Amino acid sequence: MNAATLFGLCGAALVGFGLYGLVTNPEPLRKILAFNLLGSGVFLVFGVVSRRAAASGLGGDPVPQAMVITAIVVAFAATAMAIALVLRLLQETGRSTLNADNSGGTNTDRGNS
Amino acid sequence: MTILSAFDIGLVVLILGIGASTIAAREAFTAVIGFVVYGLLLSIAWVRLSAVDVALTEAAIGGGMTGMLILGAVARLRLAKGTDTRASLPVRFAAGGLCALVAAGLAIAILSPPEAIPTLAPMVMENLAQSGLGNPVAGVLFVYRALDTLLEKVVLILALLGVWSLAPDSVWGGIPGLRVYAQPSSTLTFLAQLLPPVGIVVAIYMCWVGAKEPGGAFQGGTVLAAMWLLVMIAGLKNVPSISQPWLRLLLVVGPVIFLAIGLAGMVLANAFLDYPSGYAKPLIIAVEVALTLSIGVALGLLAAGPPERVQQQ
Amino acid sequence: MPDANVLPDATTTDGALLVLAIVLPAAGVLLSFVLGGRYAERIASVLLPSGFILATIIFGDVWQSGHRLVYIVGDWKPPLGIALRADGLSAAMMVAMAIVICAVAIFAHADFGMRAGSVEARAPFAFWILLMAIWGAMNMVFLGGDLFTLYVAIELLTFAAVPLVCLDGRAETLQAALRYLLFALLGSILYLVGTALLYGSYATLDIVLLSRRVHAEPATLVAATLTTIGLFAKTALFPLHLWLPPAHAGAPAAASAVLSAVVVKGSFFIIVRLWFDVMPGLLGPVGAQLFGALGAAAIVFGSVVALRQQRLKLLIAYSTVAQIGYLFLMFPLALDTASAQLQGSGALTGGMLQAISHATAKAAMFMAAGLIYVVLGHDRIAELGGIARAIPMTIFAFALGGVSLIGLPPSGGFLAKWLLLEAAVATGQWWWAIVMLAGGLFTSGYMFIVLSSAVAPSGEPLKLRVAVPRYQEAAALTLALTSLLLGLVALGPIDILQVGRADSMMVGPR
Repeated sequence: MNAATLFGLCGAALVGFGLYGLVTNPEPLRKILAFNLLGSGVFLVFGVVSRRAAASGLGGDPVPQAMVITAIVVAFAATAMAIALVLRLLQETGRSTLNADNSGGTNTDRGNS
Repeated sequence: MTILSAFDIGLVVLILGIGASTIAAREAFTAVIGFVVYGLLLSIAWVRLSAVDVALTEAAIGGGMTGMLILGAVARLRLAKGTDTRASLPVRFAAGGLCALVAAGLAIAILSPPEAIPTLAPMVMENLAQSGLGNPVAGVLFVYRALDTLLEKVVLILALLGVWSLAPDSVWGGIPGLRVYAQPSSTLTFLAQLLPPVGIVVAIYMCWVGAKEPGGAFQGGTVLAAMWLLVMIAGLKNVPSISQPWLRLLLVVGPVIFLAIGLAGMVLANAFLDYPSGYAKPLIIAVEVALTLSIGVALGLLAAGPPERVQQQ
Repeated sequence: MPDANVLPDATTTDGALLVLAIVLPAAGVLLSFVLGGRYAERIASVLLPSGFILATIIFGDVWQSGHRLVYIVGDWKPPLGIALRADGLSAAMMVAMAIVICAVAIFAHADFGMRAGSVEARAPFAFWILLMAIWGAMNMVFLGGDLFTLYVAIELLTFAAVPLVCLDGRAETLQAALRYLLFALLGSILYLVGTALLYGSYATLDIVLLSRRVHAEPATLVAATLTTIGLFAKTALFPLHLWLPPAHAGAPAAASAVLSAVVVKGSFFIIVRLWFDVMPGLLGPVGAQLFGALGAAAIVFGSVVALRQQRLKLLIAYSTVAQIGYLFLMFPLALDTASAQLQGSGALTGGMLQAISHATAKAAMFMAAGLIYVVLGHDRIAELGGIARAIPMTIFAFALGGVSLIGLPPSGGFLAKWLLLEAAVATGQWWWAIVMLAGGLFTSGYMFIVLSSAVAPSGEPLKLRVAVPRYQEAAALTLALTSLLLGLVALGPIDILQVGRADSMMVGPR
């Protein structure tokens, strides 16, 4: 096993951790944090793909690296949007939770058009 | 390929330990502090993977900006009434099993690479000279896969619009609810006076060397955003209202110039997002400079959140 | 593989149209953002119809020539660069989505119109930009020839769709939007890890190149699985549908229409691309049956829950959950048992037609529900009495949409289900035929509940809050009629769906 594979396995484990946090933690903020962990694990998978394809005097294939840079920025934008939603929800209700009082489906009659 | 070193093993153990703690920690605050450290460790991992461009981006955005954003949210959420209950034990077991399955699947995929590992690195290098760029990652971002990069800028603007759209109607066009800690002669003010000139030089440098060495518009833009936020938080500069025309202009100037140069390529070169031969490098640098500005403003505003008040306090 | 219909990858004549289909919406978004809310609607009202015209030109081109349009971006051929390609599937979907989006734009003028001389307002500013972004993201999904470009496209789609859910800023819709965002992010990150593994195995993400290189090996199988699960979550296929009903039912009517009709079709289209174009040989009989089973479960679950709803918009949203199920029945039906390959046969045509007819019908129904809400001030199904007299055109549009969902002739839904049934009979898979027929009965059931309540005389004189503008009713009716008459494409351009498919017979120039 070489270093690249080691980091790849680390990425796989992080994906597992992040996924677990995203699914089981009820707090939206912690879900967002878990999503970031999950994302960084996925990025490490790109890292191992890039590193093991080193050639032409480069330390790694630059194509996956460029993709990760794009994806990191997208993940940040997603985090910003999710956090803005959580904070707005807090403002509206004084709480931040995904569990509606009347459990999702059967919402109130109060307006939408 | 390097042989496993004690350093790498230690690094991975640390990353996994701190990563797991951000999930397991009871207090959100502990988790976020763990996450910031985690981001820094991760950028070291990226250096070990010979991806310095990614390491810079990860440190600046993945750790720094994201950490700051979540930390700010944690501070506000302390007011929240905690009503959530943790998932029940069987549910957690089932979820754990599922997640382990996914991780194991990924591990198997990573442990069984193709016999001859395919790579685009030689092809990237072969054609890089044409563009005059020295940094292969910049080559991929601005030459070969410029379409993705361009559209991703639109994603950034859209995310900002999404954040803004969460404002109540009454404060539309107002000022983002960034917390300002204006205290004369505090350490923060001192830092906010000292760092930005340095930061701006660093940002310009990053943007400039990005053409031939690691760095570029993303990393430069993040540094700009961080400096701008620092100055605003210290109360040295007012947070601008989102209806300011100059602000909107700064936000789109990068993608607009990119798009315009791309379209000009249909006439002056062979295709959309193709650069006329001989002019590739100056054009790409122009695009990068404009993008650095736009990215800096966009990231800063994403961190600042939706408008919350109409009048400056 | 017989590559008779695969042209060498080079920019074709008129390939530049594909660039235009992506650049126009992007420019519209940027321009509206900088000029401000007062111009956003005006910009959209010029660009969206141009988008429709553009889509028809591309459709005509592909149909006439029988070949796909290709554009090599930046003059860099894949694997290094990115290609845009329009085959029959893309062309047909582009036209259909453009029709829906234009109708939504007309409908939305009432809620998000700009008054002359007024200052920029939040909701209209956001709505028009997001609508243009959805249009652009969908075009990217249809034309993108590279899996990472498609990743950027579905992220664009997510960021455009989520804010639409909570434009009114109420707590329930904020919650629905947050849940939607988390599901969508999970979906795209799983998709992304799949692309990483595929790149690791083949050093390209180009769809055509991948389809030639891909073979069953561990990394590819893991990638295929994770990518597909991620896209299922984004498409709201049962059991990953939890986010859809509150999000689609809570959004403003124009937004619901575009979310239900258009946005979920984006990730669905990528599933089709992936399995029919990138790795048609990898799904196998077991995988195909599993896809079908999830689809069947979605039909049964969605329909049963829809039947029990008390509010109209939630009923329509659960009906979307059920109708998404139909889209996945085509996978077992399109599997050629001899070669164990997914083939672009009648089943694929039926499935895509189902997607298009659901898009038009569902948008019409959400618009109608929105108008009913405006008129009555509520959307409780039990209290709809008398509404059919008050706004007959709207109720008629709603009913026609239902006709297409049930699958009565000559609607698009009829032709779609006919093609799927034909494939079920031809391949001897009678159990999918039973599911389809049962789904039709369920659909008739909830349509009957709504319509019987709507045509019932009201106990007391109906208090109409406001009159609805005629053009809003017309927009809903136009879409419903489109859906109803879609079955007539059997006489015309239906074989366009096969253009550019490697495994289909040549469609000659005509």
